Amino acid sequence: MKIAVASGKGGTGKSMVAANLAYTLSLAEPVTLVDCDVEEPNLHLFFPGPGESSEVTIPVPGFDTVACDLCGRCGEFCRFGAITVLRDRVLLFPELCHSCGGCMLVCPKGAITESPVRIGTVTVSSPIPGMTLVTGLLDTGSPLAVPVIGAAKARAATHPLVLYDSSPGTACPMITTLDGSDCCLLVTESTPFGLHDLELAADVVHGMEIPAGVVINRSDGTDQATLDFCAEHDLEVMMTVPFDREFAVIQNRGGLLCRERPEWQERFRALYAGCRRLAGVSP
Amino acid sequence: MKVCFTAKGATIDSASEERFGRAPYFIIVDIDSGAIESVENPYIEGAGGVGPKAAQLLISRDVRALVSGQVGGNAREALVAAGIEIFTFRGGSVGDALEQFRKNALQRSG
Amino acid sequence: MKRLAVISGKGGTGKTMVTAALAHLLQGHLVIADCDVDAANLALLLNPRPLWTKPFFGMQAAAIDPDLCLGCGACETNCRFEAIRPDGGIFRVDTLHCEGCAVCRLVCPAEAVNMQPRQTGMICYSETDRGHLVHARLVPGAGNSGLLVSAVKKTALENDPKSDLLLIDGPPGTGCPLISTISGVDLVLVVTEPSISGLHDLERVVAVCRQFRPGVLVAINRFDLSPTIARMIHLWCRDQQIPLIGEIPFDPKVIETVRQGVPITRAVDSPALGAVQEMAVRLEEHLDSCASVTG
Repeated sequence: MKIAVASGKGGTGKSMVAANLAYTLSLAEPVTLVDCDVEEPNLHLFFPGPGESSEVTIPVPGFDTVACDLCGRCGEFCRFGAITVLRDRVLLFPELCHSCGGCMLVCPKGAITESPVRIGTVTVSSPIPGMTLVTGLLDTGSPLAVPVIGAAKARAATHPLVLYDSSPGTACPMITTLDGSDCCLLVTESTPFGLHDLELAADVVHGMEIPAGVVINRSDGTDQATLDFCAEHDLEVMMTVPFDREFAVIQNRGGLLCRERPEWQERFRALYAGCRRLAGVSP
Repeated sequence: MKVCFTAKGATIDSASEERFGRAPYFIIVDIDSGAIESVENPYIEGAGGVGPKAAQLLISRDVRALVSGQVGGNAREALVAAGIEIFTFRGGSVGDALEQFRKNALQRSG
Repeated sequence: MKRLAVISGKGGTGKTMVTAALAHLLQGHLVIADCDVDAANLALLLNPRPLWTKPFFGMQAAAIDPDLCLGCGACETNCRFEAIRPDGGIFRVDTLHCEGCAVCRLVCPAEAVNMQPRQTGMICYSETDRGHLVHARLVPGAGNSGLLVSAVKKTALENDPKSDLLLIDGPPGTGCPLISTISGVDLVLVVTEPSISGLHDLERVVAVCRQFRPGVLVAINRFDLSPTIARMIHLWCRDQQIPLIGEIPFDPKVIETVRQGVPITRAVDSPALGAVQEMAVRLEEHLDSCASVTG
């Protein structure tokens, strides 16, 4: 069972939901939490502890100056503008390279070989009993979030119960996170911003044919527009968390609602049951 | 020696273009013979990496100097590595730019 | 023209609220760009009157002609993006995953692959009370929002070259869209919040900014929700020699105005507004002292 937690808008409480859901589940069965928000991962702040890190690399081309006759076909082929063939050598712009391997295929002299370049890390830790935390971290200055997300997810591929915490937005990082999920929780807040971005995110999960439910966070009780939208689009509202200054304080200092207010565990267990129902898994 | 001018149109009377990678035309003038070649920029609608691609076009046509308004980081790196000198010119026509280039009145950029 | 980007690292810190207020508080002739193209919300506060829209095309995508496909699978073998799927003995392209590299076209023995333009968004150009606004809508699920961010900025610069200031509402994160946003800007204002996540993300996004040109300023939104962490942010900024130019208190008026679809500058008796006004004055001083980009 793979559950993705996503949202169009940032800061709606995605990580809060993922962290509390994972914490609650870990009390009963082993759970793996994957932080796919590799640009700004935060779950390790809620679950600190030592971990083992490995590098994430992508292959980029290198040019054998003896074999290369500067024919220029690699530069012509590359649609990303990553290769410029000069009069005496080949110039690579590694930050434009998408690692498609096309230059290597097109080179008639076999003068191109790839070598790995680091773009981030994946760290695996066991911060509390019953929980494995996998954190993808994009190196600062690297634009390529997607391969790091893929690497983080791969570390949990064989685990039976996995939660993915997505980065905000509706672009490639979110798609990569949602790929292969059995269901998705869309976390929103009761503001026009939250609703606008929920609409976009709902479009994506609909397009990907992933069953989805909604969590309304920091609700001030005026959620009618959100409820109407969910009803119209057949999205079940699975949980509503009221706005409470004290919750904000707990969250801000890296605390867990379900640990400090154990009465919330039942709500999160019910949320999990809802996820299983969405995914079509018998309870 | 060949010099490339970025232009909004295909002729020497066209207005010069400030952008390099997304200039509509490259007008390449052989300073010694006076021969003029006009090349429509195939990368103008390109999604990304247009700077290095445009630089490649100049390199493969044996251009030795570029006169343009602004040249982005990657394009500049490729041009400098290829030994192509970059000169700044804004406003006026390609003809004006050419005249200034011949008088050695243009400022070298970067 | 000077260029200022409001960014945050962490999402949901109040970046858009601050940007909309600054649009009304900063002096001079503005052009405004919403570069948070995944979740463009600035328009919801600036009451834009649309002038025109144009489609945005990202990288081309591959398409396989089913009549020509031999079903050999060379495309699938060589595609590194898992964008080729078997489909009843032949193959088709999953456009969502296609990066547009054209390797499949290169290896196809039957010339069955074409590269086709792909509309990945829409760019909107509108009028507001405070100058022209450029915002975009990414087709949900479309890849590479960084390219669209660049196009939004370029649209603003090309259509309003005589403006005094380009004001940008940036995306969260540190990846491709953020890097596209801050490249070429003079100054970034990082709006953070007093949470351990906010501080952590602030540190990371500042590290990215330092690899580029712009000067960095910080403001703390809802600082009074966690005074201890707000204090930690203070100390960190001092240590990093980053000016902390504003501390905005938690204020229910903020949500109220967002609901009304107006900037906080329209609120009455709002402590948050008072803080944002003071911040805008300091920001103006920093803008005055940074050298403007030519061209």
